[in-house]
Amino acid sequence: MTAEAERAASMPRSVIAARLARARSRTGEIARNPLAAAGLAVIVLLVAVAVLAPYLAPYDPQAQELAGRLAPLGPAHWLGTDELGRDIASRLIWGARVTLVIVALVAAISAPLGLVLGCVAGYLGGWADVALMRLTDVFLAFPRLILALALAAALGPGIDNAVLAIALTSWPVYARVARAEALVARSAEFVDAARLQGAGAWHIIRRQIMPLCVSSLVVRASLDMAGIILTAAGLGFLGLGARPPAPEWGAMIAAGREYLFDQWWVVGAPGCAILVVSLGFNLLGDGLRDVLDPHA
Amino acid sequence: MASASRRARAAAAARLAVGVATTLFGLVLVTFVIGRMMPIDPVLAVVGDRASAATYAAERAEMGLDRPLPVQVWRYLRALAAGDLGTSVVTARPVIEDIGRYFPATIELATVALALGLALGVPAGVIAAAHRGRWPDQVIRITSLLGYSMPAFWLGLILLLVFYAELGWAAGPGRIEVFYEDLVTPVTGLLLIDAPLDGEWVILGNALAHMALPASVLGLFSMAYIARMTRSFMIEQLGQEYILAARAKGLSEARVVWRHALGNALVPLLTVVALAYGSLLEGSVLTETVFAWPGLGSYLTNSLFNADMNAVLGCTIVIGLVFLGLNLLADLIGSLLDPRVE
Repeated sequence: MTAEAERAASMPRSVIAARLARARSRTGEIARNPLAAAGLAVIVLLVAVAVLAPYLAPYDPQAQELAGRLAPLGPAHWLGTDELGRDIASRLIWGARVTLVIVALVAAISAPLGLVLGCVAGYLGGWADVALMRLTDVFLAFPRLILALALAAALGPGIDNAVLAIALTSWPVYARVARAEALVARSAEFVDAARLQGAGAWHIIRRQIMPLCVSSLVVRASLDMAGIILTAAGLGFLGLGARPPAPEWGAMIAAGREYLFDQWWVVGAPGCAILVVSLGFNLLGDGLRDVLDPHA
Repeated sequence: MASASRRARAAAAARLAVGVATTLFGLVLVTFVIGRMMPIDPVLAVVGDRASAATYAAERAEMGLDRPLPVQVWRYLRALAAGDLGTSVVTARPVIEDIGRYFPATIELATVALALGLALGVPAGVIAAAHRGRWPDQVIRITSLLGYSMPAFWLGLILLLVFYAELGWAAGPGRIEVFYEDLVTPVTGLLLIDAPLDGEWVILGNALAHMALPASVLGLFSMAYIARMTRSFMIEQLGQEYILAARAKGLSEARVVWRHALGNALVPLLTVVALAYGSLLEGSVLTETVFAWPGLGSYLTNSLFNADMNAVLGCTIVIGLVFLGLNLLADLIGSLLDPRVE
């Protein structure tokens, strides 16, 4: 086979084939980076535990058994029981759902919002850009946790309000990233070509600009996940997150605080869970940055 | 020529001033809106729920809540400009006075934590960059990722359990032992400075023992951040041609790395230090709650629990202002020390 034919043979036949090949090569790159692979494994495990919680948890996470309260680690309750005699392992397993829901909702609200605002600002430029970037500056001027605290306090406790508060503090970063990408993309020749074909601004933003911003946004989001988890846990710890008796990890630590010196496992177990999951997201984000964003 | 560049610089300064002013206004506006969203009726909080309708209406008018929103924003801004953040329902003192009382403890904690972060983070970053891709780099990378991933409030509790309850190496919660309280004449409000000024060495030792754990928790975060940034600045410097020249001249590797490369990496590091200080203010909220540290973070969370809105908004705005100031300072340091930045 000539070199020409060889190249032709390895050329993807369709868009789907090209995407599959690219996805395969990227997955390979992540798998070759042991730290990123470990991070990915943690997240896959988290998702699996959250999905299979009803089958994995040995007990009902809300079932109280006051006679067996604050029991140490043992065969019956392998992570012990809390102050109301609830099985800590089961609460941790169900808590994976709460954590996953918070992270997914925050990402689903803030990343698209930041993407749209950033692309509009970057592509349109002028007054739209100035106004939108001033808005992001205002939100970035607050330390994140402080703004989330004030918002959560204003909205009242509860998971939905905590999600809203965290999402409102997360979008500006995505808007910044998307704007930077859009600024580069808007002067690209294929964008000129689309404009000459008579495409409107919104069409160009949606079809030409946004897809280019997605990979930087994915990196940014994966690096942000750990921060979201820690902020959510912090809000839960302060009593501004999930309401009891929901098995939220931060709230579990707050409840176990009284028993810290004598029954350390009540505080120890949920903290380890938060640490492992947020480390997993950080490891994956670090690895993804190397793969998806080579110029960073 | 010179006047043209001066004019350009004046224009840049004016742009910066306008930018800061709008951000500041936005900051106040956001706080105002949050205040209006609060589920607590501010009039009811003052008059109590047994007041008559007439008293209620009078107080409402007195607070200006019957005026149109823009007027309310204007009054809020005017009060802020005069340093009036309202009165705390819990302490019955002006919020600004409370903040002045609690802020030094937070500054002291953040400063010690930053010093720890610098002392460990800069060498770690330099070593990681000098051994890029090899095991010291990996160890330092994992350590700083651990620092980023650690829930601060949990680490604080675990440190209390191990080093205070089990081993007895460090002092427990609080800033100082109860029987030492109010023995030192407050000059700066910072115990670590006021105690030696008074010659109270025992109190200084006690304050340090209380400082050790919370400062370690916060120090871990700033270490993670500083080590990471130092590493990337150092890698950039080590790739420059003057490093090649220094090596060609026959300088020892240690001298090349620690003197030549680090010397040039220090300028961008200064901006990082300003930013790290800002994030320590944020981190102090949860850490102070765990260690019962009588700083701004504890004051803020206490006010939250007691629905003391004036205090919550006051803290939010003060922390926002300090944060904004530190960010500005970081930009300024960058442009003052680096002649290439206009």
